[in-house]
Amino acid sequence: MLELIAEHESQIERARAGGGERYTTRHRERGKLLVRERIELLVDLDTAFLELSPLAAWDSPFQVGASIVTGVGVICGAECVIIAHEPTVRGGTMNPFTLRKNLRALEIARVNRLPVVNLVESGGGDLPTQADIFVPAGNIFRELTQLSAAGIPTIALVFGNATAGGAYVPGMCDYAVMIDQQAKVFLGGPPLVKMATGEEADDESLGGAAMHSRISGLSDYFAVDEVDCLRLGRQIVANLNWHKEGPTPRHLVEEPLYDAEDLLGIASVDLRIPFDPREVIARLVDGSRFDEYKPQYGTSIVTGWAQIHGYAVGVLANAQGVLFMDESKKATEFIQLANQSSTPLIFLQNVTGFMVGKEYEQAGIIKDGAKMINAVANSSVPHITVIMGASYGAGNYGMCGRSYEPRFLFTWPNARVAVMGPQQLAGVLSIVARQAAEASGREFDEEADARQRGTIEEQIGRESRALFMTGRVYDDGIIDPRDTRTVLGIALSAATSKTAEGRRGFGVFRM
Amino acid sequence: MKKLLVANRAEIARRVFRTAAAMGIKTVAVYSDPDSGAPHVREADEAVRLPGATSAETYLSIPKIIEAALATNADAVHPGYGFLSENADFATACADAGLTFVGPPVEAIRTMGSKIAAKEMMARAGVPVLPGGVVNDGYRPEPSDYPVLVKAAFGGGGRGMRIVHSLNDLDDAVAAAGREAQAAFGDGTVFVERYLQDPRHIEVQIFGDTNGRVLHLFERECSIQRRYQKVIEEAPSPAVNDELRAELCAAAVSAGEALGYVGAGTVEFVLDPAGRFYFLEVNTRLQVEHPVTELVTGLDLVELQLRVAAGEPLTISPTLDGHAIEARLYAEDPTADFAPMSGRIDRFEIPSSDGVRIDSGYETGSTVSTFYDAMIAKVIAYGPTRERAAQRLASALDAAELHGPPTNRDLLVGVLRHPEFLAGFTDTGFLARHSPAELIGPDHDPLSAVAAALASQAHRRLTAPVQRHIPSGWRNVSTGPRQVAYIEGEQIIEVSYVLTRSGIAIQIGGEPIADARLEHADATSVVLSVGGMSRRYGVHLVADACYVDGPVISTRLVPIDRLPEPGSTAAAGSLLAPLPGSVIRVLVAANDAVVAGQTIAILEAMKMEHPIVSPVTGLISELLITVGQQMDTGQPLAIIEETTDG
Repeated sequence: MLELIAEHESQIERARAGGGERYTTRHRERGKLLVRERIELLVDLDTAFLELSPLAAWDSPFQVGASIVTGVGVICGAECVIIAHEPTVRGGTMNPFTLRKNLRALEIARVNRLPVVNLVESGGGDLPTQADIFVPAGNIFRELTQLSAAGIPTIALVFGNATAGGAYVPGMCDYAVMIDQQAKVFLGGPPLVKMATGEEADDESLGGAAMHSRISGLSDYFAVDEVDCLRLGRQIVANLNWHKEGPTPRHLVEEPLYDAEDLLGIASVDLRIPFDPREVIARLVDGSRFDEYKPQYGTSIVTGWAQIHGYAVGVLANAQGVLFMDESKKATEFIQLANQSSTPLIFLQNVTGFMVGKEYEQAGIIKDGAKMINAVANSSVPHITVIMGASYGAGNYGMCGRSYEPRFLFTWPNARVAVMGPQQLAGVLSIVARQAAEASGREFDEEADARQRGTIEEQIGRESRALFMTGRVYDDGIIDPRDTRTVLGIALSAATSKTAEGRRGFGVFRM
Repeated sequence: MKKLLVANRAEIARRVFRTAAAMGIKTVAVYSDPDSGAPHVREADEAVRLPGATSAETYLSIPKIIEAALATNADAVHPGYGFLSENADFATACADAGLTFVGPPVEAIRTMGSKIAAKEMMARAGVPVLPGGVVNDGYRPEPSDYPVLVKAAFGGGGRGMRIVHSLNDLDDAVAAAGREAQAAFGDGTVFVERYLQDPRHIEVQIFGDTNGRVLHLFERECSIQRRYQKVIEEAPSPAVNDELRAELCAAAVSAGEALGYVGAGTVEFVLDPAGRFYFLEVNTRLQVEHPVTELVTGLDLVELQLRVAAGEPLTISPTLDGHAIEARLYAEDPTADFAPMSGRIDRFEIPSSDGVRIDSGYETGSTVSTFYDAMIAKVIAYGPTRERAAQRLASALDAAELHGPPTNRDLLVGVLRHPEFLAGFTDTGFLARHSPAELIGPDHDPLSAVAAALASQAHRRLTAPVQRHIPSGWRNVSTGPRQVAYIEGEQIIEVSYVLTRSGIAIQIGGEPIADARLEHADATSVVLSVGGMSRRYGVHLVADACYVDGPVISTRLVPIDRLPEPGSTAAAGSLLAPLPGSVIRVLVAANDAVVAGQTIAILEAMKMEHPIVSPVTGLISELLITVGQQMDTGQPLAIIEETTDG
């Protein structure tokens, strides 16, 4: 596990290095702060900053981190989503991964009702990839104004370029602050204007902070420098009169009785070896107190009530990987109970899927699995998912995988996410090929099949790795297992910015 | 005596109230506007406002005080020390208004108020005196008399005093001392007398009653002085043996008898190394340092004063037991020539301990104003021996939490623990021989700022509106350390820290602190171990400062705003007022060229003239002051554009 954490850390280091020594130095020489320095000054001193999707664009042609930093931070006591361009990476331009990461951050803001603060300094779209970004990028502006329509404040702090489409970020936000001699906010810069109309104009008169603050009115606050801009940004948040809608945590919070360090040894790196999730839960929840629900029924899933950082939660955790009928029904009931009491749910995934086989199909495993997926999909309490091992097949769905829109989803470095395990998938393909050969009377090439199986196993193995999934923004980041309690605490606190009202209507179905 | 008005403020007013209350006498306080919330006002049965702020408008205003006494039906007035305590006109006014003045007869005050007349009378009574006279009356010291001391004839506390080494400087010194005396005491008469180099200051407490009996309560030594003001006083004197004590006390009693003295008085002498003593003056009041006499005699001097004033005869026969030392705690900066300091006291706690008495005029939340003397409290320790008393006093002062304007506490502790002091080698040159820097010892502990930063950090976490129990400054992708900066004195100290599961990483001014471990941090204390050595810091956070009491020093750190409003920081080249006071002279005009060291203006604070000099050679680009303006510490006086050579 430590090796995997170290590997992850080395990739984080790549992301943190931004555009590298040369561009970082140049940026500093212009008297500008680096993106994480800006964030450091924006958030309340000593509060946590949970960076989201830090390894977006991993294993892609683009710089790891996708030239944007997003995360949840506390500004003047209000939890906000911060979206900050990384100007040292290709001028903070947007590639398809930047877009995904940006949209995911806006989604997190929407589903959790978190104010959004944009730290804008972007050269606009990465033009060679415009085909993949131009059309969907419109979502950014739509999301921003829909957030505003939902009463979620949006703020743009303009540190540099926000041109062409980018100009709509300050344009669509509730508040805009622009920095003297740095902000450049226009639809068309001097060359484009010259080409379009023949007019000679300079940057400042087309889109400088002074112009927008005094003439166009696009800028609400004129900042003399970056520090002033961050001060004004904090001042705006302080005056939002922001209140959370969800439950407040208990005042007294006990730390778990067991050491989080042990998680390194508890989680299996070899996913064929199951582990007892109670060992994990004991290291995540307040006072290590866990009131288990139906402990003797459907024992391959563990359900129960606990508190994390003072928030009451229901926990669902896979025990032996497989979901049978009883497990599905137990989970369904538990999810309904959580909705009755408006209690947020934590999903701890280590799931290999719903059970297959004649006996189970005939007993209606599909119907029972459907119940669980139905319950997860229609539950309205906050869901937070941690993939702490396997996440295969429809088990991923039942345990609130990415497409079931958990408020947050984090992955441990040892996790694997795929429709099925690499050997199984390669084996299935091989059997299908063998059947096809037999059906057409062709001779089956065993040697080619073995080669093919190896290739596919390797491909699926690689593509189901945590790093690969996180690179595609299929989670909100890989976390050190020892940080799980902290991450859940932050996520729960952020999630309770929005009401946690459960879905009701029918009574709880006893299954 | 049924109701006593105390025409004074702060600790002495409280001291008198304490005894009066114990004797069943009702009390009346008077107070100026800045003192309206002061402890002495609360502790009296009644309090009368004296409109105004300056001493002249308030505690020195005879009509206002007499009016207050009459309005409250007081039948007696205690003047305390300072202010009107030795003002014959006030004593007369009290008598005229039918009020008992708790003090000696008017004639004694008048005679002793003039140091010149006092000396003449003492010489006649056979008390040894130093040669001297009034320059303006034609007296010229003999060349062999130099150096001579120029002193105000009326007044005390060292104000207006000057040492003159040669005839050439005499007239200037007399003129300057005259000006200062005029401003301070309303009479510019000065006189000169032979100056003794670093004598000891020994004084004898006397008491007289209305039956003509004058007795003594032994001597006190008050040699530890700065700027002619006593800082540490003790009884008995380590330099006085029984034989000398008998001589001194006999001389003091003769002086009292010559005066027909009634009430509490002090006959002051200087003692030269050969054991010869000379009359200095008689103070016709209760002294600041009276508690040391109380502790070694077991008597209550205020009670004796009140009984004598009520006409009771003195029936006591004082005996001397043990040793007592008093330290005067001032709001001042010993390293800046003892400049008086002012400001809010955010915490004033001296833990009570065996044999330690605290006479304080201030408490947590009080403000030391620029209008009055900056003495905050007197701390007095008693012990069976001098060593024990000194040790108790030093420990009490050391353990005090004094959070507010800078004080002389460290200097006092330094004196009390100095081998020379402990050996009894005290004379008036002590504080000239031993610089404040030497006595104060280390004045900087870089870990103080770290303690301030970590306590502030803990405070922010404990009061966080959200995510209160999330680890401090947690990051899944590090964004660099938390960075904070403080102003300590004139230095800026930058501290950065990162707390992770593997411990703490600290930098001070960019330099990492090796082998640091944070053992504990909350909003009021930090325990930090560096190189295996664990140190505890008490921290007190207030709105605009952090006070840190550490094992090495106590200090005040002002946090620097991470995101300052533009224009809120002082412009480059600003010359800031080093202490609060009023501008009495401006010596330059805008656009004047000035050289480094040139005096720009003179600030008057606590009756002292402080020249403000330009730190650089340059041009006065902006002059921000006019004569009469009241300045606060740190307020800009002028902006000087430095010019470079060439």
